[in-house]
Amino acid sequence: MPKTQTHEPLVSPDVLEKVLAAGRGTGAEFSEVYIEDKRSTSAGLDDGKVEQVTSGRDRGAGIRVVSGETTGFAHTSDLSEKGLIAAAKAAALAAKQGGGGVNKVQLGSLTRHPVNEVKISPDGVEKSRKVELLKRVDAAARGVNPAIVQVSAGYGDSRRRILVANSNGVLSADEQVRTLLRVSVVATGDGGMQTGYDSLGHTIGFEMFDENDVEELAIRAAKQAVTKLSARPAPSGSMPVVIKRGSGGVLFHEACGHGLEADLVGKSASVYRGKMGELVASPLVTLIDDGTMTAEWGAIGIDDEGHPSQRNTLIQDGILTDYMWDYLRARKEGRAQSGNGRRQSYQHLPMVRMTNTFVINGKEDPDDIIRDTKQGVYIAKLGGGQVDTASGDFVFGMTEAYLIENGEITEPLREGNLIGNGPEVLKDIDLLGNDFAMGNPGTCGKDGQGVPVGDGQPTLRVRSMTIGGTAA
Amino acid sequence: MSVEVPDLQKLADLVVEQARPGEQIEAYVARGGETSVRVYEGELEHFVSAQSEGVGIRIIKEGRTGFAYAGTLEPTAIDEVLAEARDNIQFGTVDEWAGLAEPDGVQQVPQKFWDQELADYPTDKKIEITKELEKLTLAADPRVRAEQSNYEDGWGETAVSTTTGIRESGRGNSCYVSVATLADDGDEALTGFGFSVGDSPKEFDLGKAAREAADRATRLIGATKPASKKVTIVLDPYVTSQFVGILSSALNGENLAKGRSLFADRLNEQVASAKFTLVDDPTNPLAYTATDIDGEGLAARRNVLIENGVLKKFVHSSYSARRMNTKSTGNATRGGFAGGPGVGCLAMQVQPGAKSQAELIATIDDGVLIQDVAGMHSGVNTISGDFSTGASGIVITNGTLGAPIREFTIASTLQKMLLNIVSLGNDIDWLPMRAVGLTLVIDDVMMSGS
Repeated sequence: MPKTQTHEPLVSPDVLEKVLAAGRGTGAEFSEVYIEDKRSTSAGLDDGKVEQVTSGRDRGAGIRVVSGETTGFAHTSDLSEKGLIAAAKAAALAAKQGGGGVNKVQLGSLTRHPVNEVKISPDGVEKSRKVELLKRVDAAARGVNPAIVQVSAGYGDSRRRILVANSNGVLSADEQVRTLLRVSVVATGDGGMQTGYDSLGHTIGFEMFDENDVEELAIRAAKQAVTKLSARPAPSGSMPVVIKRGSGGVLFHEACGHGLEADLVGKSASVYRGKMGELVASPLVTLIDDGTMTAEWGAIGIDDEGHPSQRNTLIQDGILTDYMWDYLRARKEGRAQSGNGRRQSYQHLPMVRMTNTFVINGKEDPDDIIRDTKQGVYIAKLGGGQVDTASGDFVFGMTEAYLIENGEITEPLREGNLIGNGPEVLKDIDLLGNDFAMGNPGTCGKDGQGVPVGDGQPTLRVRSMTIGGTAA
Repeated sequence: MSVEVPDLQKLADLVVEQARPGEQIEAYVARGGETSVRVYEGELEHFVSAQSEGVGIRIIKEGRTGFAYAGTLEPTAIDEVLAEARDNIQFGTVDEWAGLAEPDGVQQVPQKFWDQELADYPTDKKIEITKELEKLTLAADPRVRAEQSNYEDGWGETAVSTTTGIRESGRGNSCYVSVATLADDGDEALTGFGFSVGDSPKEFDLGKAAREAADRATRLIGATKPASKKVTIVLDPYVTSQFVGILSSALNGENLAKGRSLFADRLNEQVASAKFTLVDDPTNPLAYTATDIDGEGLAARRNVLIENGVLKKFVHSSYSARRMNTKSTGNATRGGFAGGPGVGCLAMQVQPGAKSQAELIATIDDGVLIQDVAGMHSGVNTISGDFSTGASGIVITNGTLGAPIREFTIASTLQKMLLNIVSLGNDIDWLPMRAVGLTLVIDDVMMSGS
């Protein structure tokens, strides 16, 4: 029997029904209880030492009440019936509009929609084995080259149980397990210091380390830093950019992902407003957001409004086919939710968020894409990014990049940002590879909340982007 | 701290009293609450009223450290946290410098962090203010739409106790309003924001917040992408604050100890233009991040870091100080109960120049006024010093402001930019960030565009 079905609900359904009714006590049409119980372990190694192992426990409930256009929200760490009802009354008061009323709420039966199996639950694994991974990472990175002068590594796992119930009768639960390993490396040479970074994260348990080689991860990060020691300043100005598979998903996350979130579209704060059915990208581009993608960092059984996660096609052959939706925005438009209502924790309101966002395979051989590029930049690893959804202008950092000269990858480049305009860059994608891969685990920030997301893409070329280097 | 919180201090004391022989224990307990109001098109969009609490316990024994936390102050949960932290000790590596801070006799500078008027402020008034801000913003410019108008306040109480004799508690509250704006420019829309911060809502300047929000959204209408070239950049105070803020990492004594500071081996050397003096002074009540104690409970203090361009000091916690054979500068940072202390600057201040922004611009033949930057987290590496960010602003030609430009980057290295500071404005702005804002002029920066 799958592990996810062995747990009792965090709070019993009859208590939830009373709390939801209290939430509608001032006449509100919708109330929701979100209960979270999260346990986490993290360990950090720096400067050759395991500095600290941390255990954390976060548990509480967030109660949302919607009355007309107004949402009231309160949260509490007290999960007793008394604590929950007090929070529900506070939320109801916050949303108070119109007359009072007495409401009865009847919940359906509990549903679960696990998207992947967890074989080795991390809380059953000895902490010493977790710490051991960090020591292996440290040794492997330092072994790459004497130029490696510093290594920092982090391990983290969490098990987050959530239960969502609302006055429409939804009663849904999920158990979300995440396991993460990251490594940062500093190398030093004549020209100063350079850094390397890599990470590995999935919605599975400790079996992640049976399926992945942590030494390989460390070596990749170390080589990245060492390579950059001989890097020349990045060029300045517009030129073709080839982005390696699995490293450029953040481009789509920033260039159009955020702009396809219905809350931003609803307020006309997205450059993609009113573009449904129109060509918004190169016909090569089909963009998917998929919360069901097994074991990927943004995978979820249900979203944080109790809706099962889904695979949603946002752009099909360049044509905008849908936005992403949460409960409130979908209700307003009289349409179905898409499983994109997410929140950082019980202390936060849900809003429209991405899950795993990616562009599916094209037809080109990735080597041909490079060969076809006379002069340009090859990006092997991207850093973070940022977008202004209203204008579409976005930036992202390149943490490992090379020059392309006469169809060949040549010299390494120092770090810098790239800048572009979402709709323009999407239309400028002129070659798409057949080598799809997902990228590193990411945390997406919006309105002060961080949620885990994944992204991916095959090797691709953008005809022209602005490289923010210093070399003329 | 100036206002004590006896019940939290007692909770922290109770944890520390359970120390076993050879153990050093630090207990950090906190609770707080927030109100968040959002208005859209004249209607209340959301109202959030929330409270939270938690405890973090750090135990050090024979050079090994363990830590645990929980988001609750229930007595049984605190016992569990203590047991978890104790269990975690065995997995740490022995670190001869590990340890808690010890009282160092430095006196705290008393400051006021609690405003009773804010604590008593009625809810309907908070909603009224938020609606008023939206109204003022829309009235400021007919081209402007409001995406959201917000009121936020929060209060917090903390207490820390240690086996080394630190016992500190205190409470504070604060509030601000902000508005996010949009102005249409063809298919695209441009964004802006405005805000106002005060000890209590009566100090808000809603009119200024509204005007700034309208101006930020409209000033880039019709902006084009510039050609690539070397330019002199004039950083608006809001951008300077972000630029100065990232220097904290390079001035961090723990980064120095671990070989991650680009200022390593540069003490007493010229690292910046002689016009640049940087001080970290959390005792200055004008600073938004002013505090009386640091993250370990030591008195916060004034430290001169760069004086006339010469690197004078790194900031330290007790841990980094022990490693570098010096004393804590009172610069331990702490993000809350869920983590142990780190190191960082607390309230960075730059010595202002003599001229206004307009006077400085008048002296520039070929430059750009940088009004906003994007991607400080992705394009700036504080270890290598590589600096590259997205930017938008206004062209300066022969001392005069011209056309707006956007979708370009500015790039150099932090090392060069500090040396290339040519002048500073007299327009000190105590922004709600870690570093003060003022106009800063930097030469020889690469602008990348079309």
